Amino acid sequence: MSSVARAWREFPGKYNLEGTKCGNCGTIFFPKRDFCPKCRREGIGKMQKYKVRREGEVFSFSIIHDAPPCNSALKPYAVAMVRAKDGVMISGQLVDVELDKIAIGMPVRAVLRKLDEDGAAGVIHYGYKFVPA
Amino acid sequence: MKEVAIIGVGATKFGELWGSSFRNIGIEAGMRAIEDANLSGSEIDCLFIGNMSAGRFINQKHIDALIADYSGMATKNVPAIRVEAGGASGGVAFGQAVTAVASGMYNTVLLGGAEKMTDQNDAFINTAMDATADAEWETGMGLTLPSLYAMIARRVMHEGTATREEIASVAVNSHFHGALNPGAQFRKEISLDTVLRASPVADPLGMFDCAPITDGAAAVVLCPLDEAKKHTDSYVKVSAFAQGSDTLALSQRPDITSFGATVATSRKAYEMAGITPADISIAEIHDDFSIAGILALQDLGLYKKGCAGKAFLSGETKVGGGKVAVNTSGGLKARGYPIGASGVAQIVEISEQLRGKADKRQVANAKYGLAQSVGGTGSAVTVSIMEAV
Repeated sequence: MSSVARAWREFPGKYNLEGTKCGNCGTIFFPKRDFCPKCRREGIGKMQKYKVRREGEVFSFSIIHDAPPCNSALKPYAVAMVRAKDGVMISGQLVDVELDKIAIGMPVRAVLRKLDEDGAAGVIHYGYKFVPA
Repeated sequence: MKEVAIIGVGATKFGELWGSSFRNIGIEAGMRAIEDANLSGSEIDCLFIGNMSAGRFINQKHIDALIADYSGMATKNVPAIRVEAGGASGGVAFGQAVTAVASGMYNTVLLGGAEKMTDQNDAFINTAMDATADAEWETGMGLTLPSLYAMIARRVMHEGTATREEIASVAVNSHFHGALNPGAQFRKEISLDTVLRASPVADPLGMFDCAPITDGAAAVVLCPLDEAKKHTDSYVKVSAFAQGSDTLALSQRPDITSFGATVATSRKAYEMAGITPADISIAEIHDDFSIAGILALQDLGLYKKGCAGKAFLSGETKVGGGKVAVNTSGGLKARGYPIGASGVAQIVEISEQLRGKADKRQVANAKYGLAQSVGGTGSAVTVSIMEAV
């Protein structure tokens, strides 16, 4: 990631878990989609902004030991797929937790944290991470 | 649609080929395939190249032009097309080549797959591999490609359809065959303990659950089936090719213990070939991570859910071990994983097997062989079925 604009235009999703809800069938999407893959033509123009519930539970998880350079200071760190209370699945880091205490089914909630930075003079990225609820 | 034959195959050795450039390996594989097909080269009327990331790995875009030039085809203005589909680049390129011949648009087509990876460091290469997942909502949030497969493995173990030992045995199977393949990167058998005690990459997966970084190239020559005999007595028939897509991000799927695109694509391929999974004697599957081998055998209908792991662990998947020999080439894990080349190398291995030229790893009396190529976490899947003639 390198562009300020690229980070800025995703703020609603990354800061506030803003996805979309299809006005035709009611399906919730995160990240947001511009049209509903279920309703196709019938859903065009009917997608509404929808804030996903911040609470959920761990569906699966992994402890990353071989990390990309931007996250090498974090390792080992946990990532998880989290099923939010309104049914949407979201992938992200799981922090403020003892790594050997993480389990499938563990209740978590999304918080806003620093993600990484584009070098010493680059953009600092923020976004959601999960913590034990 | 015309029926299509593979009339020649070739591959470089897979490994850390410090002395060879991208153009060296691409041309070597292509020349071997043309020689194997008894062609002069002037018969080729179209080139396809599977390649994931030359733009990043060697800072060279436009490799279609590069390969056309250095294969001597540019002087004859032969068209060249580069295909990228993450890990499935080679498989999708094969599909394009088959389609080109089947349609009648081109007659004699050379398909190559090549990747030169070791000119970059590991971290750079891993970042490029991670880019085959969702760059905004997976890797952009701190996930890695291995961690996505690790979460699949964790979920499979949680639901009880494979144990950690069964998952690890996928790598043991690939190394068993790699030891028998002179072209493989790792010609060494490993024990289950080696996999289980390896340093962690993305828990529960360790280093030996992951395919290596590799340089290599593979190529095949295709022509209409009814013209194959003009060139060679040693050819195979392409009975089916099918390709399917799924969501880019793993989190968008209802189930992560199965790749829906493999299920749908393989059913289509079996129907096209007029066979059932029981007719398959050899399968080359995309074991970029050990857990992917478990999913593949189940999703391809070769084993029921919960049974693939047991087959790997018992050794039923080895040459002569049971109903279907899996990854006799060594697979991505032991033969090596030069990304864009792997899908093509699978076709080379199946062709060698069906022509009875697989030497120490030869499967006896094989009629049908299958190759499965996967991009990302099952976001693009190809299934090809070849038949001995």
